[in-house]
Amino acid sequence: MKGDRLYAVLFLAPAFLIAGMFLYYPFFENLLQSFYKTDGFFNSTFIGFDNYIRLFSDETARVATLNSLELIVYVTIFQVGFALVLAIMVDAIRRGAGFFRTAFFFPIVISGAAIGLMFTLIYNYRNGLLNEILVSLGLERVLWLTEQSSLYMVAIPTVWNYVGFYFVILLTAIQKIPNDFYEAAKLEGITGPQKMFKLTIPLILSDLKTCIVLAITGTLKIFELVYIITRGGPGDSSEVLGTYMYQKAFEDTAMGYGATIAVLIVVLGLLLAFITNKLLKRDEVTY
Amino acid sequence: MKDEGKLRLTFWENLQQSIFSSKLGMILVYVVLISWSMTTIFPLAWVFLNSFKQSDEIISNTFSLPSDPTLDNYINAFETVNIGKSYINSFIISGSVVILVLALGGLAAFAMARMNFKLRGVLQTLLVASLLIPSFATIVPVYRMMIGMELVNTHAALIIPQTAGNLPFAILVISGYMATIPKELEEAAVMDGCNRLKMFTKVFLPISLPSFATVGTFVFLWSYNDLFSSLVLVSQEKVAPIVVLLSNVSSQYGTDYGLMTAAIAMTIIPVLIFYLFAQKTFEKGATSGAVKG
Repeated sequence: MKGDRLYAVLFLAPAFLIAGMFLYYPFFENLLQSFYKTDGFFNSTFIGFDNYIRLFSDETARVATLNSLELIVYVTIFQVGFALVLAIMVDAIRRGAGFFRTAFFFPIVISGAAIGLMFTLIYNYRNGLLNEILVSLGLERVLWLTEQSSLYMVAIPTVWNYVGFYFVILLTAIQKIPNDFYEAAKLEGITGPQKMFKLTIPLILSDLKTCIVLAITGTLKIFELVYIITRGGPGDSSEVLGTYMYQKAFEDTAMGYGATIAVLIVVLGLLLAFITNKLLKRDEVTY
Repeated sequence: MKDEGKLRLTFWENLQQSIFSSKLGMILVYVVLISWSMTTIFPLAWVFLNSFKQSDEIISNTFSLPSDPTLDNYINAFETVNIGKSYINSFIISGSVVILVLALGGLAAFAMARMNFKLRGVLQTLLVASLLIPSFATIVPVYRMMIGMELVNTHAALIIPQTAGNLPFAILVISGYMATIPKELEEAAVMDGCNRLKMFTKVFLPISLPSFATVGTFVFLWSYNDLFSSLVLVSQEKVAPIVVLLSNVSSQYGTDYGLMTAAIAMTIIPVLIFYLFAQKTFEKGATSGAVKG
């Protein structure tokens, strides 16, 4: 249309100006700052790759990275796995599907901070939900948050929180499969379990892939639950990259080093998303 | 081929077959589904129930109905930790973010979906790529910029970066929706003498309202629930949103069970009510939001 150029500029400018100033510029500035040592707020000295060298010899950073990767494994398997099982089941039932949709999805709308606080109450040694159940069954109280268990104790609410999200994506994908496919399958004598493995799952493979990539990148962003439930402890047994970055940059005011950890988070995210895409590469089905 | 397939059912497939075709199997399916819904509903019910009890009753009788329902915990939340103020802060911040994102994002989405210009492809790629930027990767420079502009611990300190962070998602989803609107409508609007701005406000905005609703609900949720940026940029009590208050309650009042349950309940109730009314919009957001992590 004539005169579009002017309008395009006028319409795009405000959004891209704000995104440019407060999203793109800080992103590149963050890269730069990872080469600086900062003490206090405004004293920065260029130190080349020192932050990166420090990162590779930092024992806590190593633990936090491994914990994040471990969480990714649990979260991907259980979040997407449970979601797939629940979606297939809800698709198969006739009554109550609406109720289950609501009941499974709603934890997503609750903030991580509230869920974290809720799970703190559930895990509490005295009067926590779990221990009260044990006591009422005549059993001993258990200390739930130990150095061995803390990472699992953080993984559980993470999985719980987001299963509904993948459930809805997968259920929508399953219900989008045209009926003709099933009818054709029926004529071929393919029913029940075969239908599931030979028809449903291959047809929603691209959605499954999306879910897995989202679960991986989403888990790298975990902060709230760990921060509230364990603060990375006991010791640094449940420290993850997000909480460690926060601690370094804003509690120890080592902003340059914090920026370096943030770069690691971005690189890991890109790398893992790339690998998953490669591994799950398949011809996409369109209908 | 089909007979072969039937003969070759593995143990696992047989199991599946019996699960989905028999009555017993259906019962099993319902048992699984009901158990999972118990795990989502029960903890919340427990929190709500206990928020109406005195702290000592929470300790002595955590599963029973409140023997003497009281609002003390809620009153306490308003008086000792000033939860009312945090509420107002949360709504000022998240409300502004939603309005800004929808207004700026809507305009940009219209241009991206319906106009031809040289940089369109580049901008589209840039938008998709920016979905991969986590807030960890921008927070240090943003914090320094906010210190420089003397905005730290004002509402604007959180509103501006959250708006910037949510714009790419909003533009992508809304422009995706606008791209599906038939060209005839655009031509009809031109015939009626609309310029591009009028075309947006009179034709495309009203038609695309569902996508605005989807984006609005999700942006609100992300903003309302964002603890990380809030802790860094608006941690002082006079501007802190409700998630920061929750995190303070957990570290300072960790033994006051009544206060904790009331604070959790108060954080959850508004979004839960919102969700029950706009469930479809939320679920649509999840599937279109599949582009953002």
